[in-house]
Amino acid sequence: MKQENKPSLAARRRFLSKLGGAATCTGAAVAGVAALGAVQSAAAKSETAAGGSFPTADYDWTQHRWAYGVDATKCIGCLRCVEACKRENDVAADAHHFRTWVERYVYLEGEDKPRIDSHHDPVNIEASGSEREYRFANRYKDAKVEKAFFVPKICNHCTHPACVQVCPTGATYKTKDGVVLIDHKYCIGCQYCVQACPYGVRFFNDRKGVSEKCTWCYHRITKGLQPACVEACPVGARIFGDLQDRQSPISLFIRNNRVQVLKPESGNAPNVYYVGIDKEVS
Amino acid sequence: MEPLFHAAPFIGYVYPNETVIPWSLLIVVYPYLTGLVAGAFTVSSLYQVFGMQRFKPVAHFALLTSLCCMLIVPMPLLLHLGHPERAFNATITPHWTSAFAVFGYAASFYACLLVLETWFVFRPHLVQQAQGKGPLRWLYGAASLWSYDLSEKAMSYDRKWIFALAVIGIPAAHGLHGYVGFVFGSLKSREWWSSDLMPAVFLFSAIISGTALLIALYVLSCKLRKTPIDLPCLKGMAYTLWGFLMFALVLEGVEFASLVYRGREGIDAIMQYVGGQLVVLFFILQFGIGSLVPIVLLSYMIWRGTTGRALVAGVVASAVLVLLAVFMMRWNVVIGGQEIAKTGKGLLAYHPPIFGREGVLAAVLVVLAPLALLWVMVRLLPPWATKRDAIDLA
Repeated sequence: MKQENKPSLAARRRFLSKLGGAATCTGAAVAGVAALGAVQSAAAKSETAAGGSFPTADYDWTQHRWAYGVDATKCIGCLRCVEACKRENDVAADAHHFRTWVERYVYLEGEDKPRIDSHHDPVNIEASGSEREYRFANRYKDAKVEKAFFVPKICNHCTHPACVQVCPTGATYKTKDGVVLIDHKYCIGCQYCVQACPYGVRFFNDRKGVSEKCTWCYHRITKGLQPACVEACPVGARIFGDLQDRQSPISLFIRNNRVQVLKPESGNAPNVYYVGIDKEVS
Repeated sequence: MEPLFHAAPFIGYVYPNETVIPWSLLIVVYPYLTGLVAGAFTVSSLYQVFGMQRFKPVAHFALLTSLCCMLIVPMPLLLHLGHPERAFNATITPHWTSAFAVFGYAASFYACLLVLETWFVFRPHLVQQAQGKGPLRWLYGAASLWSYDLSEKAMSYDRKWIFALAVIGIPAAHGLHGYVGFVFGSLKSREWWSSDLMPAVFLFSAIISGTALLIALYVLSCKLRKTPIDLPCLKGMAYTLWGFLMFALVLEGVEFASLVYRGREGIDAIMQYVGGQLVVLFFILQFGIGSLVPIVLLSYMIWRGTTGRALVAGVVASAVLVLLAVFMMRWNVVIGGQEIAKTGKGLLAYHPPIFGREGVLAAVLVVLAPLALLWVMVRLLPPWATKRDAIDLA
């Protein structure tokens, strides 16, 4: 009995050891492929840094550091920026998906807290007559308003972006010129980044099955143009430029004003600088 | 005016993009299933590792339950993804700062471990069937890897493997579930989630849910098989449920108390939420009916030394209520966190659709899938003690 069993046991041991060997080989192969990928991507990155080939041949992303400013004292709430962004970036034409939006803060007489609304508010949708058009309803015309102002919102392209930290695939990443982008061909659509963003600037694109957000119109700024929202603003409430250029509009805006950022306690180090906002703005 | 997009209704001020709730009912089901995996495995380990003989009647069944739940765990995630065909991107090119990047590795490792342990545990059965005359003998032969050695030496070799796998399985199963808690607890964007205690809260609720599921399924299977219920075993599971339920309640209580006590920005909206939507979902369903009633019932039965049919009825009732409580806990964490706006100034209301990929029907099917799988598995690999085992025990 024992003699019969010994070879069988040995055979099983041999089989298990082969199985282990096969697993090791597979592991090594996978690691090899991954390493190859890493080398290729590192090579691509260094090439970009040296030659400046992203996203166009004549653009060097190491030579810029983009930033954005908002002068809330100038904003009139016309929402041209919102419409310009929707058209420029093919954002879903409804009242629940925005790469940029404007908030209205209204303090009424005798009230401690402001009343806040934006385009997704049913009263504002009713006033515009369509979810595809954006307008602030004149809802406080009969009330005694003590203080009121508008606050444009946009992706903060943070220095320490929580959305990039949580992305499981690296589909969302920070460029060398300071912009946070999403690779729509690589995003798996888990929406972890949507959860992680403290500013609510990310949303899910149902048509494409991926996350979406403001890119500061990366396709425009890398060609020397302004983001669509900045260009559309009739009052100059939105400021954009290169921090590496000391005389750029954004450098001057930051130097000449006492600026603040939203939710600094998040540790994300946002790169959208505000002037003229109130303590209730978050 | 007919809305273009069915967004979540809200009160106060919420960011416009927040009106589309990102994580749906399926992401409630996902930690529920991983919890059942970890809990069922705990009961199995109490016998395999800690040698608690009273759990022997359910030890193998617990292993199968854990395996069946584990095989379905990726399903809610895949259904939720915008691009499920790209799911392996997270494994091929993991972005290591993401808590999700580890999932593929942790889950695969644990699934392999479970399959291996199940194979060793059921090897004698596989060999017997492969050498028999049943119509599926070729299937059993292949499953046994054509290794038919059941000698004492081979069996002792198997036992060593089972023990080692069960030992490794304890940190693997609990690590997998603790990490699910980390996915939520590590996010600083939501005050409702951002807590160091979240992994521990998830872990203890996992253990009670898995134990409760085993109690319910064990009693049900005994009724279906018309075999007597092993009362010491049932009582052992009731003790496990009782003990861990107290830990789970204390941890969740401490977590909630610190959230309220810290009272950071947005606490007003949170308190409004707690006093509104949460009254039914948390205070009545999760805490009252789901946790307090079972703990009182179990305490009473342990104190009075209840036995027989009354014990079975009481323990099963407690188990079913605990299963409800843990589901509500997952709901209150996952959905609750998203119903409290990131602005700290508004609340949303999530109403899941009935149909569709992320609807109620899909979620129910995903929850029932492990049970259906288990129904098939117990026929292929009977986990119940045979007469020969009973003689061995004697």
